Amino acid sequence: MPETYDVIVIGGGAVGCMVARFLSRYRLSILLIEKEADIGMGASSANSAIIHAGYDPLPGTLKAKMNVAANLMWDTLAGELNIPFERRGDYVVAIGPKELPKLELLLEQGRRNGVPGMHIISAEEMRHREPNINPDVSGALWAPTGGICDPFAISIAAAENAVQNGVRILLETAFEDFIMDGKRIVGIKTNRGDFGCRWAVNAAGLYADVVMHKAGVRPEFKITPRRGEYCILDRAEITVNNVLFPVPSDISKGILVTATLHGNTIVGPNAQDIEDKEDRAVTYDGLGELWDGAHKLVPSLSPRHVIAVFAGLRASGNAPCETPGVDYNHDFIIEIPREVQGLVNLGGIESPGLTSAPAIALRVIELLKEAGEKLEEKPDWQPIRPPRPRFRDLPHEEQKRLIALDPRYGRIVCRCEMVTEGEIVAEIHAPIPARTYDAIKRRTWLGTGRCLGSFDMPRVVDILAQELGVSPLAITKKGPGSEFLVRPTKQVEG
Amino acid sequence: METTEKMICITCPKGCTLEVTHDGQTVLKVEGSGCKRGKDYVERELKDPRRMVASTVRVRGGTHPLLPVYTSAPFPKPRIQELLAELRKIEIKAPVKMGEVVLADALGEGIDILASRDMPRMTG
Amino acid sequence: MALKDKYDVVIIGSGPGGLAAAISAKKYGAEDVLIIERDVELGGILLQCIHNGFGVEIFKEDLPGPSYAQRFINEAMLLKVEALLDTMVLDITPQRRIFASSKINGFVDIQARAIVLAMGCRERTRAQVRLPGTRPAGVYTAGTAQRWVNVEGYMPGKRFVILGSGDIGMIMARRLTFEGAKVERVLEVMPYLTGLTRNYVQCLLDYDIPLQLQHTVKRILGHQRVEAIEAVRVNEKWEPIPGTEEIIPCDTLLLSVGLIPENELSKKAGVQLDALTGGPVVDNNFETSVPGIFAAGNVVHVYDLVDWVTEAGLAAGKSAARFALAERRREIRHIPLLAGHNVRYVVPHELDKQTLMEEEVRLQFRVKQPVEEPVWVEVHSENNLITRKSERYVRPGEMVTIVLTPRHYEEVERATSLTVSIVER
Repeated sequence: MPETYDVIVIGGGAVGCMVARFLSRYRLSILLIEKEADIGMGASSANSAIIHAGYDPLPGTLKAKMNVAANLMWDTLAGELNIPFERRGDYVVAIGPKELPKLELLLEQGRRNGVPGMHIISAEEMRHREPNINPDVSGALWAPTGGICDPFAISIAAAENAVQNGVRILLETAFEDFIMDGKRIVGIKTNRGDFGCRWAVNAAGLYADVVMHKAGVRPEFKITPRRGEYCILDRAEITVNNVLFPVPSDISKGILVTATLHGNTIVGPNAQDIEDKEDRAVTYDGLGELWDGAHKLVPSLSPRHVIAVFAGLRASGNAPCETPGVDYNHDFIIEIPREVQGLVNLGGIESPGLTSAPAIALRVIELLKEAGEKLEEKPDWQPIRPPRPRFRDLPHEEQKRLIALDPRYGRIVCRCEMVTEGEIVAEIHAPIPARTYDAIKRRTWLGTGRCLGSFDMPRVVDILAQELGVSPLAITKKGPGSEFLVRPTKQVEG
Repeated sequence: METTEKMICITCPKGCTLEVTHDGQTVLKVEGSGCKRGKDYVERELKDPRRMVASTVRVRGGTHPLLPVYTSAPFPKPRIQELLAELRKIEIKAPVKMGEVVLADALGEGIDILASRDMPRMTG
Repeated sequence: MALKDKYDVVIIGSGPGGLAAAISAKKYGAEDVLIIERDVELGGILLQCIHNGFGVEIFKEDLPGPSYAQRFINEAMLLKVEALLDTMVLDITPQRRIFASSKINGFVDIQARAIVLAMGCRERTRAQVRLPGTRPAGVYTAGTAQRWVNVEGYMPGKRFVILGSGDIGMIMARRLTFEGAKVERVLEVMPYLTGLTRNYVQCLLDYDIPLQLQHTVKRILGHQRVEAIEAVRVNEKWEPIPGTEEIIPCDTLLLSVGLIPENELSKKAGVQLDALTGGPVVDNNFETSVPGIFAAGNVVHVYDLVDWVTEAGLAAGKSAARFALAERRREIRHIPLLAGHNVRYVVPHELDKQTLMEEEVRLQFRVKQPVEEPVWVEVHSENNLITRKSERYVRPGEMVTIVLTPRHYEEVERATSLTVSIVER
């Protein structure tokens, strides 16, 4: 008899973690499985870090509903989970006279979606608000409810809070198949054995199609990975203080130029449909495309200021919108399908997926209630995830106090981002332990500065080895197979 | 047998490319040299090429696991790999002082292997 | 070691530039000289540069990096230079206050009369050469690999490709070969070698390591660990030439693509930087645009020989010592004028005692609270009343003046501060 849970969430991205966190409010036994060595390593790890206002999705789509509903939730959620989040607002910038009429259309679309506070500002006003803007700007759409966030922190904080409230999380655990009893799902098979469940939530992101097909649901549904490449610029060289979108094309929001919470400017993404669900390679041509897009909005940006390049994959689906009269074929799937019992099916959660994740989680709860699940609230549910100290954000007096309390906060391991040994050790022993270099990087932003970790890397490998009680040879960048080191210098083979 | 080959003189930073004709160790002709030191270099390289060698040896109880070492004089080039294999076998004990002989008369070549730095004992 | 609140010269960094500056500052009369070093020992990057070739100009000897450093470390210790190890400077103000942080020394807050910036340089990274491809383990800067192999005792790979024919790249090619690794190729985007010819011969030719000029890495392959790189020939504009791609299997790509002066701290101190060198603008005394802040070595511009770094450090240390001593003399001559009972502030804030030898000095101030009856206005040193005068009343709206004259000089000369106060009669 395998271990049995009320709910198993398949996939530890932003959506899966939010579902687990919101479900942890009820008397349910919950397991979340993630195939990678850490949570939030798929689409949730490489994106524009924006909490969208909601004017972009077509009215009537699930994307529009979820986006606008979720946008309202972010102040409370960020407060409860201690996620860095700033509601800075965002702009869609029209360049030249031809693009100007499109702003009206977007404004109208936003109003129909229920986005509050939007209006069009003049070219002069835009130049005033963002001095780096292309002087040919003809006007801009201003959406005050747009925000920026720390995208890594979202999945991690939600997962930690879920663990605090009794959810079990298994990493490096890959879904293989469902265990069926007739038309009913009674469990799942994984590389780590079988687990029983009454409900399975498909939150598999790029692999959502594979998972639902195993249950015989929506055989026509297909996820096409759409790669988006990004560049991060050195904050010491140039700073753009706002979130700037170009006027969107039919397939994408276009290449944007945006501020991050760490003060770096980020440029991207382009959009490239590919086959391989793991191909996060940055391409030579793609980087060229980014610069054309970036220069359209901010001509003074230079490739010389780049400190990092990366690519993310959007889990782009082909599900038609179910609202009558809306002709759209890339909508979210959020459903309990009729074909099988015991499946909550989520699919095609691409942008604005990160923004929508908390609203999707609430929708999952509604669906379960509609399916007759008696969800009983736990009186001791703890919605607050306690914050951990961030040395660089503290004034000198508090830094002093922190070091006096725990001297490990006095040793700076990452000089660019000012991350201390104390913070690294705290993450290694956190509710979701950071056991790889990249896991520590996503939690502390260490190694993301201009030296890209060349200073901290040997030191972090050392700290990981010491805290985990293993040899430095066993320390990996992102799980098995990505070891940093191969042998002691003096042990030559053969 | 007479052969002609290209060599780069490293006597000074200029780095002249020399066209050298020689019969074994006997230099017959040197072309492309910017000065007369080129010929001396060629003769040395053909008869007895030598290099300074720097590497590390294992050290026990020191502040680091390895101690950097170097040859007290240029070492015969053909025996460098042999010397490195020898150094891999060595493990010394901290503390060590700069200039201390780690291996005397290495491979019987009359050249010592010296510590490049102090290596204090690990405390605490 | 008991840390003082104030130092004559504080040096940030203990590489060749910092060590030379400390030694020279001591020799030119600075009493309290402190080095702040982020690593656990003095010496900087020289400690991992175990190869020979250092000191040819200064010592007329061919030394390995650690020996070159050790000679200066020994001299600095002999001269009683103080050192804070394992300590990272967080912030420097233009007024030369230094904040630093350390696991062993705690939070450090000190005032320097003069500062020498000697943070050296850092390596360019993958992003700065914009290498496309995946992001697996196995892409390291040559310096990071050097630290692992030579200091920490671990090999970061078995089969290497090195991008960049700078000296560190070529020296690492030999070093890795010495330790049993295979170096498949050194690629250089320029049509010429960027390091010294001597290193090309001794590091690459000697061990049959192929060098390809006008080549770069087009992409990195491998998900978890590097599995191969795609090399490509480039034209004069560094653009890949289609059809010249070659997949080279390897598990590690080392980057030796240049060095950049490390000036995060200089910026915080308000030091003006030169966009071309990436380092501070300095005068012939190595003084930056901020008075009393000096800079020496690779933090100013990247040198080819360590000997020149040492010379720059010696010069900067001497200038810093001179500045600090002048500062000390000024501090002894200048004493603060403090606001005492019922006094809001006093102008001037400081008194140059010398002035009193020749002329009188007018002290002006405002009171905090009105007193509508006669009071004394008094000037005290730490121990004595120096002068006083009577006022019929004092009010915050009306400025009060009291004068020090040359006849007060002798008393003032012994004082380290003066306090002005209102005393009720």
